[in-house]
Amino acid sequence: MMEINVPVVRNILQANERLAAENRKRFDEAGMFVVNLMSSPGAGKTSLLERTIDALAGKIGIAVIEGDIQSSYDAERIQRKGVQAVQINTDGGCHLDGNMIQVALSSLDLSKVDLLIIENVGNLVCPAEFNLGEHEKIMILSVAEGDDKPVKYPLMFQICSVLLINKIDLLPYTDCDISKIRERVGQLNANEKIFEISCRTGEGLDPWLSWIEQMVGEHRTLRAGKQCQ
Amino acid sequence: MTLCGRYVKWFRMDCDFMRGSQRAPHDLVDVGRSCDRMKEDPVHELSIAQSLLDIIVDESKRHGLERINKVRLQVGEFAAVVPESLTFCFELVSRDTVASGAVIEIENVGVTARCDKCDFSFEVRDHVFLCPRCGEPALQMLSGRELTIMSIEGETGEE
Repeated sequence: MMEINVPVVRNILQANERLAAENRKRFDEAGMFVVNLMSSPGAGKTSLLERTIDALAGKIGIAVIEGDIQSSYDAERIQRKGVQAVQINTDGGCHLDGNMIQVALSSLDLSKVDLLIIENVGNLVCPAEFNLGEHEKIMILSVAEGDDKPVKYPLMFQICSVLLINKIDLLPYTDCDISKIRERVGQLNANEKIFEISCRTGEGLDPWLSWIEQMVGEHRTLRAGKQCQ
Repeated sequence: MTLCGRYVKWFRMDCDFMRGSQRAPHDLVDVGRSCDRMKEDPVHELSIAQSLLDIIVDESKRHGLERINKVRLQVGEFAAVVPESLTFCFELVSRDTVASGAVIEIENVGVTARCDKCDFSFEVRDHVFLCPRCGEPALQMLSGRELTIMSIEGETGEE
């Protein structure tokens, strides 16, 4: 017997990173714009999807991957809108990972998809640590959750490029101060784009929809550019 | 943080998700329980512990180690990982493996960032990613998100 010390230096999540990179390659080849939508449970992820699909499904091809611990309730809600939806049940798992997305992709017809939205498991901690190959990480915070959330879950707010502050119609009934959210998010990630919306009343959704359309257009152009080469 | 329950249950691939491939694209396809890596994971530290074990087993084979005594990790302060939870999960997943009983030594790494504008590097305090010198956003994180295995210590079978 001999005792030895082996230097390793490997990223523990390298297996997931590899799968995420494979996913990204596939998304780019298809010219799709892919977002990873995250929030705590009940912040309004599925409601935002419904609103976005209602407004844009006539103009662009949309598909949805739904991540939930249990049930196919959300995918059914999305399917009623006539778009492709795949449900991933994580059976207790607190986040989606690159491998789950690969399995889900095999069930989707990607030929006419311009926008793929991955709705992650409702959780402000774990999903932040797992890349799926998405182009943008987007999060929703509802005003009822309180303006202290950027302080309590800094990683999630730091890594997202877009923050949607939802349920602004409830502001008169809460102590939430949106200027505090903006100030705290500004310290974590000054480049984070912020949209104030209400999925219930539809207020503030237009800038969000324009941004999505713009991003979809940019990714289509990238695809067209590649095909010309 | 996210310690929702301390139990582990593994699901193996049963391929029944292939049912879904028979259906039209607009049908609901449940791909749950379909991945061999998918498991009941009340904490994501369990996924991380499993990935860690995979690397250790791989490196042990490569270097002919028959028993692992110690594993050194770097974990960034901004990584969403609770060290105690990771250690606990590793104890579970490493049972009856080459790394059973191995000590996990974790070195914490502070958060540092570089200013996007003036290139000044600094230690991030209280989650403020703004340059203390010029006030501009400093979004390039230089350290703080590490989840890195640095080295393993073990025994070979050789005399």
